[in-house]
Amino acid sequence: MTLAVVPENPRLPVSADPRDRGGPMQPMLLVEDLKKHFPIKGSLFSPSRAVVKAVDGVSFEVAKGETLGIVGESGCGKSTTARLLMHLIQPDAGTIVFDGDPVGVVRGIPVDELQRNMQMVFQDSYASLNPRLPIADSIAFGPKSHGLPKSEARERARDLLGMVGLNPRLFAERYPHELSGGQRQRVNIARALAMHPRLVILDESVSALDKSVEAQVLNLLVSLKDRLSLTYLFISHDLNVVQYVSDRVMVMYLGRVAEIGPVERLYEAPQHPYTRALLSSRPSMDPRRRVSVPPLSGDPPNPVNPPSGCRFRTRCPLAEAVCAEIEPPLAALPAFPAHKVACHAVAAASGHSGTAVPV
Amino acid sequence: MAMAEPAAIRTVSEVLNAGRPARAGVSRSYWAGVRRRLARDRVTIVCAAILFVILAAAIFAPYVTWADPYKTSMIRRLLPPGSPNHILGTDELGRDMFTRLVYGGRISLFTGFMPVFVATVIGGTLGVLAGYLGGRSNMLIMRVMDVFYAFPSVLLAVAISGALGAGLVNGLVAMSLVFIAPVARVSETVATQVRNEDFVEAARATGARTWRILIEHILPNVLGPILIYASSLISVAIVLASGLSFLGLGVSPPNADWGLMLNTLRQSIYVAPVNAILPGVMIFVTSMCFNLMSDGLRAAMDVR
Amino acid sequence: MLSYILRRIAYALPITLGVTIICFSLIHLAPGDPLSAVLPDNAGPDMREQIKIAYGFDKPLPVQYLLWLKNVATGDFGLSIQSRRPVVSEVLPAACNTAYLALAAVLIGFPFGILMGAVAGYTVGGWIDRAVTSVAVTGVSVPHYWLGMVLVVIFAVNLGALPAMGMGPGGQSSYAFDWAHLRHLVLPAITLAVIPAGIIARSVRATVADIRRRDFVGTLQAKGIGEGRVLYHVAKNAGPTILAVAGLQFAQLLGGSILVETVFSWPGTGFLLNTAIFTRDLPILQGTILVLSIFFVFINLVVDVLQTFLDPRIKRA
Repeated sequence: MTLAVVPENPRLPVSADPRDRGGPMQPMLLVEDLKKHFPIKGSLFSPSRAVVKAVDGVSFEVAKGETLGIVGESGCGKSTTARLLMHLIQPDAGTIVFDGDPVGVVRGIPVDELQRNMQMVFQDSYASLNPRLPIADSIAFGPKSHGLPKSEARERARDLLGMVGLNPRLFAERYPHELSGGQRQRVNIARALAMHPRLVILDESVSALDKSVEAQVLNLLVSLKDRLSLTYLFISHDLNVVQYVSDRVMVMYLGRVAEIGPVERLYEAPQHPYTRALLSSRPSMDPRRRVSVPPLSGDPPNPVNPPSGCRFRTRCPLAEAVCAEIEPPLAALPAFPAHKVACHAVAAASGHSGTAVPV
Repeated sequence: MAMAEPAAIRTVSEVLNAGRPARAGVSRSYWAGVRRRLARDRVTIVCAAILFVILAAAIFAPYVTWADPYKTSMIRRLLPPGSPNHILGTDELGRDMFTRLVYGGRISLFTGFMPVFVATVIGGTLGVLAGYLGGRSNMLIMRVMDVFYAFPSVLLAVAISGALGAGLVNGLVAMSLVFIAPVARVSETVATQVRNEDFVEAARATGARTWRILIEHILPNVLGPILIYASSLISVAIVLASGLSFLGLGVSPPNADWGLMLNTLRQSIYVAPVNAILPGVMIFVTSMCFNLMSDGLRAAMDVR
Repeated sequence: MLSYILRRIAYALPITLGVTIICFSLIHLAPGDPLSAVLPDNAGPDMREQIKIAYGFDKPLPVQYLLWLKNVATGDFGLSIQSRRPVVSEVLPAACNTAYLALAAVLIGFPFGILMGAVAGYTVGGWIDRAVTSVAVTGVSVPHYWLGMVLVVIFAVNLGALPAMGMGPGGQSSYAFDWAHLRHLVLPAITLAVIPAGIIARSVRATVADIRRRDFVGTLQAKGIGEGRVLYHVAKNAGPTILAVAGLQFAQLLGGSILVETVFSWPGTGFLLNTAIFTRDLPILQGTILVLSIFFVFINLVVDVLQTFLDPRIKRA
């Protein structure tokens, strides 16, 4: 396994983090062939062998200090990927390497050590805070459970509240139901930061907020990232938001990676037909450019029984015979090695009649 | 045209917040809200007061009574209530009814509380563990509970204490066993719901140990529903405990709880119907107050 | 649907087995040697030996259980210590008497409870609702054995209108449907009906009130559909829940009747159990409990299956 695959990234952290182990070129996170298949419950007499292939062989890497956006329809495996990385659910297969240390193997980094370095902010700001605890206690829980004395943990919680823009004197003792959605999500961010993580997974963290509040929280996230030299994994279904915060973007479809590349490149020259459909489905600000025909129709196919070959072929305008037979590998474009696509129509000599877009 | 004075225009928030003190940093915990709602519930307060009197009388029995609960008298048998020296009359052996009802309350209340307490601790622990751990542990625990649940509750209590033989301790053991399964079921349901909440995931994501998550995140959120359910069981337990005594499966004479008094006085029902019914009134009032209080608690705690 | 019913039956089997294990262990719960628990007091040493082998007490416990289970499956519940008659011939008539009483209680209590609950659910917050709620909470809290005594004092002692004891004139227990017999049924049946009526009234009230709050009822009313038709829709939606509660209550009556039967000397299982406990007749105790609890499991099964027919949403795949 080669560990040092470095994406072209202009925004490498300037200051060296004392916790850095692998050096600035070592990606913060390397994920290879991650898999999670959920069995569907059977019964005593009809044991079911069907599985939902929620995440089915996902590989990517996140460089230090960058923001990787993950987009895709609901059910494509974005959130499952996040939970697998956090080890909230156990992966069936795959390798996760954190700053050069493989996770959960002998002489690697143990899972609880990983969880200290990697934190997550959930979508539902209310459900992700314990309704019975004052918010400062919710924030202090993590450090406290890792042995920090109670008073110090609460001190850290108050500092963090200030850092996310909530006056600790007013807010520390409040309960989640006394806060607005935006304030609660700030608390959730503070709670994630309380562990002093190096990588933060933001799983639809701003999606449920009002647009104006969403912008404030996004700006907070951007400034925190610079201040604390964080690395983000930003999961969202909102393509505009992802474009705003991400350095690179990964598109997922039915548990697999369809396309991954630098944000400007991916938004300007999308290669995968699915990415193009997603991008053209964004409502236009210009009424003259309104789209009346939906670029993508229907729901994604059932992940219990995904289509053979390329999973997108059932909704793809370019589908041909080869797409049903061979699963397209995620391959770098010859001209742009940082841009990878899993599509026969793009790959040379794939057996597909033509490439859709000039590269 | 005359314009309205600008000062007379009030904003919506001013109208809505008129007369309310501005609150800054003052925060209400969930339990503070519950206390506030309970304090406004008149039925609950009256019930609590009645129960307090009954409980206090039982605890300080020697100080509130003036007769010997065990002193029999052949010539003073079955005196009607209101007799001199015996405000509630005497029983079939001439013992003072008031004194015996107060002393009987000690045992009746104890046999009502104790099994519910034991069952809440054991059943609650089993249920919360089953709910939080899920999977095979859940299967194992809950299937065993299902078997106990497959008996009508009175029947199971009578069966176990009947097999063990009469006696206070045997009755307590039997009733505790009866209540474990229902408490475990309720706890398991609640714990399963809470376990799937995002805040538990977030707590797990900090790498905290299971027992820490159970104590700090699961317990505070399941305790309320479990306690409400347990409080509703106290009423059932008092009626059931007295029922076991009524069948002769509880305490042994000359000690008596309300159920056993009802049993022995039953023979005199044609002679002194009022005396015979009195112990039942006590059971009824206590059970009813616990029931209403439990309802009040439920109403006060269900509101978010 | 069929697969759900099959699975529900399959689920009842291990429960039934568990129930038999508990019933089996009842005899071993008894203080002292289980042998002396099933022996008459005047047993000699050779009878002791004989019974020890007959009951299989010389074998290890799991083997004993299997032997006992085999006998039970063929209808052999052992012999009563007191009467030396087969347990089955004692338990079955008593169980019929209990079921008879329980059915009478159902006929009195259930319509009353459902009616009260429905009216209250329709008038939530009004004085009728408050009255019904108070009556229901009284019904739930009352010690029914005591209520039986109160009814005896009023109707048998003071008014002399109804008999206080037994199932028929002269202590006979036959199912004759004339007034001479039925008047014996009135007081115990009413006594037994109080608790389930209270519980049913409470849950029907909650269910009806909840359904009436739902959007579809508002839609029906907005469409100008008559209140009678609306009522039909509400009833259709409340049906499955009410059935479930009522079924469970009927099943609980079988156990709850123990105390009431004692008060009224009704010759049912409760009476039998009570006698068995005081004569330490453990085979009878065991047999009665086994029959009642298996019946209880069976009723729960039937209620669950009926509910699937009534409520199309319950597919429980």
